[in-house]
Amino acid sequence: MFKVAYFPGCSLSSTAKEYDVATRLVCEDLEIDLVEIPEWICCGATTAHITSELTASALPAKSLIWAEKHNMTITSPCSACFSRLKMAHINMEKDAELKKEVEEVTGEKYNGKAEVLHLTRVMLEKYGIEKIKEKLKKQLKGLKIASYYGCLMTRPPEVSENDRVENPMIMDNLARALGAEPVKWAYKTECCGAAFSLTKTEIVRKLTGEILKDAKACGADLVMVACPLCHSNLDARQPEISKLLKTNFNLPVLYFTQVMGLAMGYDYMDLMLNKHFIDPKPLLKAKGII
Amino acid sequence: MKYELQLKNIKEGFRKDVERLSKQKISNCYQCGKCSAGCPVAYAMEYPPSMAMRMIQLGMHDRLMSANTSWFCVSCETCTTRCPREIDIAKVMDTLKIMAQAGKYKVSDNEVPIFDWIFLKSIELTGKIYEIGMIGAYNMLSLNPFKDVFPMGVKMILKGKISFIPHLIYNPLEMIKNIMMFRKIRKKDRERIYEKNV
Repeated sequence: MFKVAYFPGCSLSSTAKEYDVATRLVCEDLEIDLVEIPEWICCGATTAHITSELTASALPAKSLIWAEKHNMTITSPCSACFSRLKMAHINMEKDAELKKEVEEVTGEKYNGKAEVLHLTRVMLEKYGIEKIKEKLKKQLKGLKIASYYGCLMTRPPEVSENDRVENPMIMDNLARALGAEPVKWAYKTECCGAAFSLTKTEIVRKLTGEILKDAKACGADLVMVACPLCHSNLDARQPEISKLLKTNFNLPVLYFTQVMGLAMGYDYMDLMLNKHFIDPKPLLKAKGII
Repeated sequence: MKYELQLKNIKEGFRKDVERLSKQKISNCYQCGKCSAGCPVAYAMEYPPSMAMRMIQLGMHDRLMSANTSWFCVSCETCTTRCPREIDIAKVMDTLKIMAQAGKYKVSDNEVPIFDWIFLKSIELTGKIYEIGMIGAYNMLSLNPFKDVFPMGVKMILKGKISFIPHLIYNPLEMIKNIMMFRKIRKKDRERIYEKNV
């Protein structure tokens, strides 16, 4: 059993409750001990870094400092939180003056030793894909999964530490390990417009519409994501985008831990699959998974 | 529009300010256009990213800062990833927004700054995001009170995806510390941005 500092992020306690629930279930099975950082504060998400550089570093710094003190790898299931945490770590490493200011405003010292990893990497690299395979109860045969990575878990490469920035494979490898068929498609790292979800919604509709169109054209049964912002655009806005483009995508969007949970034998309600706007039940029934 | 390129026309101060605050060397840009080609929102921008880089080099702050360019940047980091001159273009866009919001230039967008202000206030006061309060406040202040309420908002509430109760930091000491931190940050930011004037 290994311990990881867990930074759930704001979305996971509201709009993406099901992601949190599925993640905790799966991690318990995998014997990964998620230690939630006590009194964590929001990472600043899409707004802090466009308002003040110091805010953007000081907000994640509190969690980084806690993880460093307790000598744990810090992880977040949310791509935006992960990116902000890692970005703050990198910026403080590069800029001693910024680090000094952050230490002044937070009143704590940071030695720059925290290791920040996205949850996908904790599971698939630190824990290992072979060990995950041992825990599976069934194979997701015949399910065509389009893995959608989006922006913040892939870019910039110094944050994601991914050598294949334009064509990441980590979630596709997971899909294959679960017995499903990963779909080759062109839009896996395109932007869904997350930061503009509430402000410039017409941009979100256009960008997300293109992603959904490509996933559908490449024959995907469902889209697998690892970010609550991507999810809310692809899932909750899908009905209005379908209407706008005069089609019916009917493409369920699931978090990767929910898909893992299905292969580990959890059922529909355990994984809170009922929370999605596009109900995956008919698809999963047709494939004989639930 | 004609812009006469003469050495005496180039306002170096603007470029230097952007370079100081973003820590990026804008003069490295050689106009290959890769950033504009990959930018998912370039179609909506008055000047695409590569043009913005050139305008900073030439000190055209009046035209660039009154355009929508930086406000339409969605921070997807595609430009930063692909730039052959290793300029963090997304960070430059952030810097332009920071400079405008600090009162140095006109804020040429009426959606994003309101949203940011509400978002950061929510973090300052509760430590976390209070979604329903934030969306409500944003809709009111942007004079569009029923945006996304029907059917998406209603469905979200029915599915229990949005809660009416804010998630707070429970320790009052931490809460005060959080508010104090924001105060200190604001003071430091003012010092940093107004170090030199254009």
